[in-house]
Amino acid sequence: MKELVILSGKGGTGKTTVCAGLAALLSGPKVLVDADVEAANLALVLEARVKKRESFWAGYAPHKNEDRCSGCGTCREKCRFEAVREDLTIDPFLCEGCGVCAWFCPEGAIEMREKEVGQLFVSETPYGPLVHAEILPGEENSGKLVAEVKKRARDLAPAASFLLVDGPPGIGCPVIASLSGADAVLVVAEPTAAGLHDLGRLVALLHHFKLPGYLVVNKADLNPEITEKLLAYPGLSPLGELPFDEAVACALRKLRPLPLVSNGPAAQALKALALKVQKNILGGLT
Amino acid sequence: MPVLTVASGKGGTGKTTVSLALAESLGEEVVFLDADVEEPNAHLFLKPDLEEEVPLFRTVPRVVEERCSFCGRCKEICRFNAMVVLPGTVLCFPELCHGCYGCFEVCEERALEEEKIPLGRLRTGRKGKVFLAYGMLEIGEAMASPLIKELKKRYLVPEKPVIIDCPPGTACPTLNAVRGADFCLLVTEPTPFGLHDLEQAAKAVKTLGVKAGVVINRADQPFPPLYDFLARERLPLLLEIPFSKEVAQAYAQAEGLLAVFPALKAAFQNLWQKIFL
Repeated sequence: MKELVILSGKGGTGKTTVCAGLAALLSGPKVLVDADVEAANLALVLEARVKKRESFWAGYAPHKNEDRCSGCGTCREKCRFEAVREDLTIDPFLCEGCGVCAWFCPEGAIEMREKEVGQLFVSETPYGPLVHAEILPGEENSGKLVAEVKKRARDLAPAASFLLVDGPPGIGCPVIASLSGADAVLVVAEPTAAGLHDLGRLVALLHHFKLPGYLVVNKADLNPEITEKLLAYPGLSPLGELPFDEAVACALRKLRPLPLVSNGPAAQALKALALKVQKNILGGLT
Repeated sequence: MPVLTVASGKGGTGKTTVSLALAESLGEEVVFLDADVEEPNAHLFLKPDLEEEVPLFRTVPRVVEERCSFCGRCKEICRFNAMVVLPGTVLCFPELCHGCYGCFEVCEERALEEEKIPLGRLRTGRKGKVFLAYGMLEIGEAMASPLIKELKKRYLVPEKPVIIDCPPGTACPTLNAVRGADFCLLVTEPTPFGLHDLEQAAKAVKTLGVKAGVVINRADQPFPPLYDFLARERLPLLLEIPFSKEVAQAYAQAEGLLAVFPALKAAFQNLWQKIFL
């Protein structure tokens, strides 16, 4: 099984639009993955029907038995995250779940219990199965949830020709988790000063993990000069440009993949991109 | 002085645009923290004169095998699977280590030494009345939260108003940025994606007990479900910014909203008044 991950560094450049378009256009069996568990939108645009839903548990949270606590303060002294307050209650937002407090508590008053991180969904779409998830607000284990989503997707269809992964923004924990097992990365960039800056950091990350990166520039006509710079960016293979097109916003409002509701310039460019992805990336991987 | 955070579930909705317009319209000394340490952008728009750069490190264990008895206690206490003990060797995985020091605490042979690995850097600069501090996460480093915490610890001062431009999302880094603030401005766009991610972000901010209000960016076409959500959740709609291709083009060249629409300055002053007075 081959894995193509769509990333952007900067948020809101059009990852999901490109991913939904490719889901509809790329031929062959595939499993779709939304690896943005903090702001998952792929299911919305792929008419997903949830078939299976379950809780995902990972990491630990301390539970304190007040009757046993002698108030000695060892927990507060040992905690490196300043998560034990002066009154020896635990601040769940600062706690990293390391369990050092529980280990050293002389009364055994603290128990570490596994905690729920979020919900995981397996859905059906007209374009193949989709695995996605929703992290509980403020959770720190987004990387683990992303890894689990990808694992489920792989288990679901080992014979499928490829995994198409809509990635999260940024270059940190969830992005790194989305890259594990990836064969290639398609970067969606926008021609803005911020887009160019953020692309640089993402390319450095791909280089760090020795992953081949491909590039598509979205809204390329917004600033042709920066588009040039993006396309010439060292370390990425350019695959094309998508022009600014009102039809993109329109498809988004209708919650349909762009090529199904438009034959305009952006949809045409997306079709050309899909051919290149099929030939240059997926074809090259087999 | 007030601390205002600007967040959004979805990326690219205009957090930086709104934060900067607010900072520039205040007309007084303001501290601006760019807490999107994975992809910081505020400095591109503000173009400040750089003042300081501070490299930051985090501590992970390194095993001195000559002193190690291979008892396996370090592996036992580590809940992040960062230590693997094999006969005759111990492997540390710094990328999994959270820095809890549990392994150091339990090692009776004192066979662990502290190793510093780069976490990222903090930079500061100034432009006019805006003091900017931002973080740059080291490439390949997964954990953004420690850098965000350090950014706030060092540069969040009580004497001046503070604006924090937060990372996108709803998980740990975002909430570390928002935590402790007096108010959180949620920037969204009138689309189904914008609404879905706003719902997630609003839930997350609520768990912190921070009051929130909403700014709708690119408000060219009304999207009724968004207004329904705001009414249902009693989230005040504080400002709508119209879509304009000129703004998008100015943004592309790292020029802020007020450069195109100087008239909006009053609206942002008003926004600040609505929140804090």
